[in-house]
Amino acid sequence: MAFIGTRNGELTFLQKVRNINWLLVLLLGLVATTGFFALYSVAGGKIDPWASRQMMRFALGATLMMAVAMVDIRALMRIAYPFYFVSLVLLAIVEFFGSIGMGAQRWLDLGIINLQPSELMRLALVLALARYFHSLSYEDIGRVRWIVIPVLMIVLPAGLVIIQPDLGTALLTMMTGAGILFLVGVRWWKFAVVAVVALAAMPLAWQRLHGYQKDRILTFLNPERDPLGAGYHILQSKIALGSGGLWGKGFLQGTQSHLNFLPEKQTDFVFTTLAEEFGMIGGVALLAVYIMILAYGFAIGVRSRSQFGRLVAFGVTITFFIYIFVNVAMVMGLVPIVGIPLPLVSYGGTAMVTILVGFGLVLSVSIHRDVPIPRRGPFDLF
Amino acid sequence: MKRDASSQRTFTRRAIFLGGGKLLLLSALVGRMYQLQILESEQYTVLAEDNRISLRLLPPPRGRILDRYGAEIAANQQNYRVVMIAEQTPSVERTLDALAKVVPLADHERNKILRETLRRRSFIPVTVLENLSWDQFAAVNVNSPHLPGLHPEIGESRSYARSRSLAHVIGYVAAPSEDDLNGDPVLQLPGFRVGKSGIERMQENVLRGRARVSRVEVNAVGRVIRELSRREGQPGGDVSLTIDAELQEFAANRLGEEAGSVVVVDVTSGDVLVMTSTPSFDPLVFSVGLTQRTWQEWQSDPRAPLVNKAIAGQYPPGSTYKLVVALAALESGLTKDHIAYCPGHFDLGSARFHCWKKHGHGGLNMLQALEQSCDVYFYDLARRIGLERIAEMSFKLGLGRQTGIDLPSERKGLIPTREWKRAALNDVWHPGETVITGIGQGYVLTTPLQLAIMTARLANGGFAVTPRLVAPQRSPSSEAELAREHAPSLGLSRSNLAIVLEGMNRVSNSPSGTAFRSRIPDKSYQIAGKTGTSQVRRITRQERETRILKNEELPWEDRDHALFVAYAPVHEPRYAIAVVIEHGGSGSAAASPVARDVIREAQRLDKKRAEQTIRSVDLSGGRTQGGG
Repeated sequence: MAFIGTRNGELTFLQKVRNINWLLVLLLGLVATTGFFALYSVAGGKIDPWASRQMMRFALGATLMMAVAMVDIRALMRIAYPFYFVSLVLLAIVEFFGSIGMGAQRWLDLGIINLQPSELMRLALVLALARYFHSLSYEDIGRVRWIVIPVLMIVLPAGLVIIQPDLGTALLTMMTGAGILFLVGVRWWKFAVVAVVALAAMPLAWQRLHGYQKDRILTFLNPERDPLGAGYHILQSKIALGSGGLWGKGFLQGTQSHLNFLPEKQTDFVFTTLAEEFGMIGGVALLAVYIMILAYGFAIGVRSRSQFGRLVAFGVTITFFIYIFVNVAMVMGLVPIVGIPLPLVSYGGTAMVTILVGFGLVLSVSIHRDVPIPRRGPFDLF
Repeated sequence: MKRDASSQRTFTRRAIFLGGGKLLLLSALVGRMYQLQILESEQYTVLAEDNRISLRLLPPPRGRILDRYGAEIAANQQNYRVVMIAEQTPSVERTLDALAKVVPLADHERNKILRETLRRRSFIPVTVLENLSWDQFAAVNVNSPHLPGLHPEIGESRSYARSRSLAHVIGYVAAPSEDDLNGDPVLQLPGFRVGKSGIERMQENVLRGRARVSRVEVNAVGRVIRELSRREGQPGGDVSLTIDAELQEFAANRLGEEAGSVVVVDVTSGDVLVMTSTPSFDPLVFSVGLTQRTWQEWQSDPRAPLVNKAIAGQYPPGSTYKLVVALAALESGLTKDHIAYCPGHFDLGSARFHCWKKHGHGGLNMLQALEQSCDVYFYDLARRIGLERIAEMSFKLGLGRQTGIDLPSERKGLIPTREWKRAALNDVWHPGETVITGIGQGYVLTTPLQLAIMTARLANGGFAVTPRLVAPQRSPSSEAELAREHAPSLGLSRSNLAIVLEGMNRVSNSPSGTAFRSRIPDKSYQIAGKTGTSQVRRITRQERETRILKNEELPWEDRDHALFVAYAPVHEPRYAIAVVIEHGGSGSAAASPVARDVIREAQRLDKKRAEQTIRSVDLSGGRTQGGG
């Protein structure tokens, strides 16, 4: 590795470009392309309205990813806290001024684009937690008082998301945070205590849930409860998957998606569309590509010399994994229906951009894996 | 550095742990895929096909029912109606409320619709209103934006000509009940009607036809994407009856307000030309929807409007049965010159049996006894020949058994035998019972159709003709048809039959005959019959000693049944007729004039049609009439 000896660990632009993990980029492109085909199929064999726009979004997202990848990892660390605060403020603004969509206030209308602060927060939280734990020693982590701050950093945005109300996103945010806390070595028993408390609070939480949320959970527990009502979606999804069989019905041949029996076929249930047309073979192949991407994230994290780099790479990977798992488990009736897209495949701009910018961070970590970052106080703002 | 190393180790350990966890969870997803897409794939494939494929039915038009001359008795007419598809409305109740503001909707109808929508699957249309007027139909059409799930439709419904006189024969159609649902998907269609009674029920297979079924691919909201396959339907076939609708209506009107029945059969073919039963009902009520009140009224009416009295009314034949007894006696060796003396009563041991003529007929031979309907003469005959011979002759002439007519719920009447009494009443046969059987009283029961068939078998020279209501589809020249035209002989002596027929001739055409007042004077159309007056109450000894109450003095249900059987014309028998008027009084006063008028009308219609045929024969080749 010829560039290691560079003075002050500085890398030239060319070195950075050469250092980009092009195979990871290729895999991401492969997944996105699968998505284009799926969207082409659900539109009845037409590139409009979904596939074309999804391609443009991917192009935009990929450009952003490359730009982020070029950013020096120390700069990322410096902006971690400000970025977090800005995201938090935006989240609060959405609470009061956000436009109403899909029964939840999730969007901030900025005129040109609709900003979804909860998506920003996903990345901001990863960065901020990484920044925080970069400065802590293993012993410090063992002490409760050092854990209070990061827990607050997780719970605050999660709380704002819950009152939007978007239970699914809130839970995912907390799971990402918990994953990072776990990685840095927060002791096992603390997780156990939180789990017990959470279980104990469940009856209380149940009462505060919205009717449709209760419905979704009840329907999940027993999909045949109301086959034409709330259980309809999951039943139709299972029918689509099951009728696909091992080899699938063939490209453009999915009856469940083309005849509209499948709900949200181009967004949350796009995996079902794929598995109906390409069967279990197609579904498993897509999962395999996802696993390879996760493996790259893992490898990049492990090989990073700084704690910050490690945590950013793992944090993004965890988020990515949670998207995949929750979405696929949902369409197969393993978890209740929550509005989580299949990353890089589901139609939708914000999630696509978030994921790609996230992988921009991972690429940056990869490029700057040998750049040493001095330890700073956890409360220094920059 | 050491600290860092320990931190590093923990991190790596936990990263591996986390990575392993992720792999495990993703394997669970693969496992689930295996379960859904491999293990349960078949079941979901079926469900996907169910989703995708839907059967669209075009109901076949129901076949018509025609009378023997091709006149429409039952046909179809357009019917404005409104159906509802429950899944297309957010609230069935609210939609019905909105509908009630446009057209009247009674509460019981509303409840029936609600029940129906719950019973059927939510995408199956349910009939909400039928037989709307044009104005109402237009009002629903105009308001349809406010009536989600409701669809105005023009359907077909049954219409009947001369419905009241033919109701019992035709029967009626109604919505299929659970029992009718035999898998034919057409039965699920709203407004589809199946035959529930009469010819409509018995000829259901011919009349219904076959729906056009097309398998179509539909999307989630039920819109048809394309047709996958189609099976062409077949309209229901017409059924031609042997009934003469005009004569039928005449007979029903002639009976008027009486409760009774007139049956006319062709003596050679067995064609049933007339089969009336009064009072009648409106068969459309069943199709439109019967109210509980109407149903109860009909059920509790002592005059039984729903019962087809021609086949399900069982009456003691009274003196009409003397024809059977006379023939049985002749066949067992007695002659027409056998003489009995009638002092007004007949004694058997300590029991005394009375003649209707209190002071007696004096000495009579068989023809005189038939002519004047002397009871004592037949008491004597019955005692002489015994119960078995009477029963045997009864069965030969078609009594005591179902005639096998093509209608539901035919009763078989009753011809008593010793075995029957032992089995049914667990009692021995008494000689006195044979005596009263001789005048068609006691246990004997017959239906008007049986009496008509009995008369036909006497009049056609002793051939076992059976009644026929549905005209044969095959041409009459086919073998089976020829065999039918020649009903098997009963093996009765021609001369004995002639004696009985002569007795009937005298009843109608001899001045001392009991039906002389109802004769037809025109020689070529003369009628020959036998009166019957069957007693339905017991006359006490005390009443007999003072004065027997006249029928008019009795409550309706205690009055005698009036009966009359006849054939015509005398010289060349063609029609056999049976008239029964419940509690109508005497056969000669009440029943025989009805028979005479019906036969006269039949002859008038014959003449009229013959003239029409002659007139039209050059134009259309003419239509030949049935019967001989």
